[in-house]
Amino acid sequence: MSAAKWRNAMRSGAPLPQRPRVPQPAASPAAPDPHADSDAPRWLKRLWRTLTPRHVFMAIALLVFPFVATPFFTFQVASQSLVLGLVALSLSFLAGYGGMVSLAQMTVAGIAGYAMAVLGTSSSAEISLGWPWWLAVPFAVLIAVLCATLIGWLSVRTEGIYTIMITLAIGVAFYYLVLQNYSLFNGFQGLRELKPPTVFGLQWRDPLPFYFLCLFWALAGYFLVRYVVRAPFGVAMQGIRDNPRRMAALGYNVVAHRVAAYALAGLIAAVAGVLLAWYNALMTPGSVGTGWLINILVIAVLGGVKRPIGAFLGALVFVLLQTFAIDVIDRERFNLVIGGIFLAIVLFSPDGLLGLWAKLRSRFGPQQRPTSPPRRQA
Amino acid sequence: MSQRQRLALWLLIGGPIALFSLWAAVDNTRLYFVTLLNGLTLASLYFIVASGFTLVFGLMRNVNLAHGSLYLLGGYVGYVVAAKTGWWIIALAAGFAAAAVGGLLMQWLILRHMQGQDLRQTMVTIGLSIVVADILLWVFTAQVYQMEAPLWLQGPIRGIPLINAYGAFRLSLLGFGLAIGIGLWWLLNRTRVGMMIRAGVDDRGMLAAAGVNVNLVFAVTFALGAGLAGFGGVIGAVELSMVPGEDTRLLLASLIVVIVGGMGSVVGAAIGAAILGLAETYGLAYAPTYSVVFTFLILIGVLAFRPRGIMGRAA
Amino acid sequence: MKLNKRLWVRSMLGTAAALAVCGAWAQGQPVKIGLLATLEGPFAAGGADGMRGAELAVKQRGGAVAGRKIEIIKASSDAKPDVAVNATRKLVEQDKVDIMVGPLSGGEGIAVKDYSKTQPQVTFINGGSGAQATTLTNPSPNFFRFNTEGGQWMVGLGKAALAKGYKRTMVIAEDYAFPYSQVQGFMSEYCRLGGKVPLKAWVPLGGKDYSSVIARIPKDVDALLVVLGGADAVNFLTQYENAGGDKPMLGGSITVSQDVLNYKGKRRDSLVGTLSAGPLADAYDGADWKAFVDDYRKTYPVSAGGFPSPSLFAYVYYVNMKAALDGLAAVNGDLSGGQAKYRDALQKMVLKTPNGDVRLDANRQAIGTTFVTEVVKDAQGNLFNKVHSKVDGVEQMLGMKKEEFQIGSRDVPACP
Repeated sequence: MSAAKWRNAMRSGAPLPQRPRVPQPAASPAAPDPHADSDAPRWLKRLWRTLTPRHVFMAIALLVFPFVATPFFTFQVASQSLVLGLVALSLSFLAGYGGMVSLAQMTVAGIAGYAMAVLGTSSSAEISLGWPWWLAVPFAVLIAVLCATLIGWLSVRTEGIYTIMITLAIGVAFYYLVLQNYSLFNGFQGLRELKPPTVFGLQWRDPLPFYFLCLFWALAGYFLVRYVVRAPFGVAMQGIRDNPRRMAALGYNVVAHRVAAYALAGLIAAVAGVLLAWYNALMTPGSVGTGWLINILVIAVLGGVKRPIGAFLGALVFVLLQTFAIDVIDRERFNLVIGGIFLAIVLFSPDGLLGLWAKLRSRFGPQQRPTSPPRRQA
Repeated sequence: MSQRQRLALWLLIGGPIALFSLWAAVDNTRLYFVTLLNGLTLASLYFIVASGFTLVFGLMRNVNLAHGSLYLLGGYVGYVVAAKTGWWIIALAAGFAAAAVGGLLMQWLILRHMQGQDLRQTMVTIGLSIVVADILLWVFTAQVYQMEAPLWLQGPIRGIPLINAYGAFRLSLLGFGLAIGIGLWWLLNRTRVGMMIRAGVDDRGMLAAAGVNVNLVFAVTFALGAGLAGFGGVIGAVELSMVPGEDTRLLLASLIVVIVGGMGSVVGAAIGAAILGLAETYGLAYAPTYSVVFTFLILIGVLAFRPRGIMGRAA
Repeated sequence: MKLNKRLWVRSMLGTAAALAVCGAWAQGQPVKIGLLATLEGPFAAGGADGMRGAELAVKQRGGAVAGRKIEIIKASSDAKPDVAVNATRKLVEQDKVDIMVGPLSGGEGIAVKDYSKTQPQVTFINGGSGAQATTLTNPSPNFFRFNTEGGQWMVGLGKAALAKGYKRTMVIAEDYAFPYSQVQGFMSEYCRLGGKVPLKAWVPLGGKDYSSVIARIPKDVDALLVVLGGADAVNFLTQYENAGGDKPMLGGSITVSQDVLNYKGKRRDSLVGTLSAGPLADAYDGADWKAFVDDYRKTYPVSAGGFPSPSLFAYVYYVNMKAALDGLAAVNGDLSGGQAKYRDALQKMVLKTPNGDVRLDANRQAIGTTFVTEVVKDAQGNLFNKVHSKVDGVEQMLGMKKEEFQIGSRDVPACP
């Protein structure tokens, strides 16, 4: 059936055309769903089914963590990992599910941060407009998403590896723009004193509230990505990643899907950009320079681009290395270490740390026993 | 594009440029022509470096983002050799050789095993560029290395009408660019190896089916492309000096040149380099604040109208 | 899952360790001083020398003040403000230092100053950063700077340039904050005394192609004020010579370095007479300065990685660390009561540096000495920087009133 009909069918929930029924084996005597007859809504039932002890443990750990760790750890390690992980998530989404490696995700985050600084309050009173935060932040995110769409439109005109080159060039162009322009971006000094607001008596930059703020948005981004990749849009995107020509032949607008993917990734990166600006309390050209553009790629690949959790894992490793490397190795050679790890990951485990974990589990985990008797060695 | 559209495009781009040239030439004739020469000589340097980049991409569809690091490697090696032997020509050869060997190792040890996985190859080159750049920083520190031009190229050439004096070495860049350009053209169009490279750019599979050792051709091409970067590095060490950060700058310049000119085309690299070199120097002379952003705007403009670049062909 | 558990255990251990360290409040316990410099990226060599200078100050005190041992904890940055703040935060919140010395570059200094306002229990002393805004715009009550900044480093050069007959000067400098401050320091005096600056050429950061700038040099200027790093200045000189130029040069504080003095081009002789200004002069014959240089050379011989003569970074880090230790001695190591007595001592102190006395103004910015130097040729034909004149008591306001003072930028000041 054609793509349009299939989409309509999915949307309306109308019964699909009948197929010849294959006689099903008798209903297995598996334990019937204990909640099948209850009045709980469908999503709660599904949640109950998919929750495992692992998920519960993680949830508790994430919630309790800030109360047992030092404020330094909560703020500099945990919150920074969550924010950087969110930016890397936008890259993972584009790269892993869309097949487009965009080095301009940090640029989009930077655009959001700068827009918020210019619209809100900062150290440069002559530049900032002084809007209240609940006005400045949504507008900043909107501006950044628009820019991400523009970047996407520019990058999808050619295919494949061109994307890396073009997005790198766009990122560097933005860097030079904010470096040289003083009337809007305050050039080399950048915009400082970017303070998050005090809401209901909670100053959002204190370690505990900031951690929960970052955790909330990180989880939101994570679940958004998980949801989207299973929705028709996400599945179409993965199809475009695998074979754009076939998808075009099926009637999908490949360019529109790709640009929409950029816009969605831009949304995630924009939110992360606002959080990053609040974390650093400043926005300088150095925040959007080539170093950081590549670092985000390193983080995403380090964790593994195939699954959303990989971005956060990579960010955690990166931040731990960055913070504590000086105690262990010569801090001067930090770039060598991180570059070497990145190289090793790409060479030997292209799926990042998650891929490594999966390989180790299959190697050392419970053996999959074949049901047939083992072959005798002749 | 129809004749009418082509004419309109030429007028749209050429018109403002002609007007600007007229104004600038009348306003300060000397500045205008000196900047023209500056732009063409800078373009020659960019062409030398970018031609290697486009050669590697054209044949192997590999975006070698470690190209800048090879430039840096060639420059440093050339500096050391020049300091030891005192001969600049030997330094040129050494820079070329060092980068070529580096490129060969890259291709033979690592990239060969990932044939066809374009994205993975690109990521590997990113990782290599980070590692190589840091190793070079370790060995040579962040000190700025300024190599001296050979004695026969030092100093100004005086007595040029209108301009009065111009650097001899800077002028020689034009010569180098032309020589490399002609050499590459001859290699690609008049030799067997060139024929194989061109065939491989068109259709890798058929080349292998015709019995050619494709891996060898790849290795030679990569070595040549990398060597050109190293050669450019030695020249750049004299004209611009060698410092960490130059690798990223030259890599971005190569990217712009190749995107504007068209991937895989040496003629395109020449055109792209000319456009970039002239835009950069005129920008620095007449509007220095946003000169760099201006060059990137050209890139974006080209992408909007001709995504494949000026001389690019369909992948 | 396992990862989080490990994080848990580690954070528990971290908390325990931090608490244990916090308990060390009694007298006789070591004083922890955090030391931050750029050990990565372009300023890496300068940052390493800065650390040497700071450690020299500690060594001169025998590693202890008022019976309390000095414990130095190092951190590194790469001249980016966010990295510097992260490193400082680690030292202050994780390693729990009492005093913080650093950072090195201007942009980092402003960011660390902003951070210092959120940590009132720690005293922050500058390392090497020389941006004007650090102590002029929204100064922090616990951020002290005992070294003079970029603008102060150029006081005296304008007068000397006019005395040489340079009535019209063109400025060639990189387009960011430090050169702005240097140009302002020069022009505030030069313009007031009647000099004219018809054109300022700002080269984009990292740009190495000076051909366009050279093409724009007007025919009627008497000298070029070149505020580029030493090696970039050599590059500029080479390109300028190749283009047939022959105008004399005035140097910024980091311009006439060893690289320039070793210039082997045909115009080498024209370098004689080049004026420049800065917070130190290699050939100064003051007794304290000579003692400092000797001590540096003895402790860090060239074979062990030291420079032939202490660099600017070694000097400013030395001065700031010395101030930290002298202040500690003045209060007998008493850092109690939110370090109030200590900070009071720092504010009122007259610091004895190898180049004279340094006091602090109301914004906790140093008032110090600037040297004007001139390049001369010695008997062997080598070029070196001779002291031309010395200006004491240089203030951050550069002699202007507070209302009329503006921080240097591309267009400020201007006297075409």
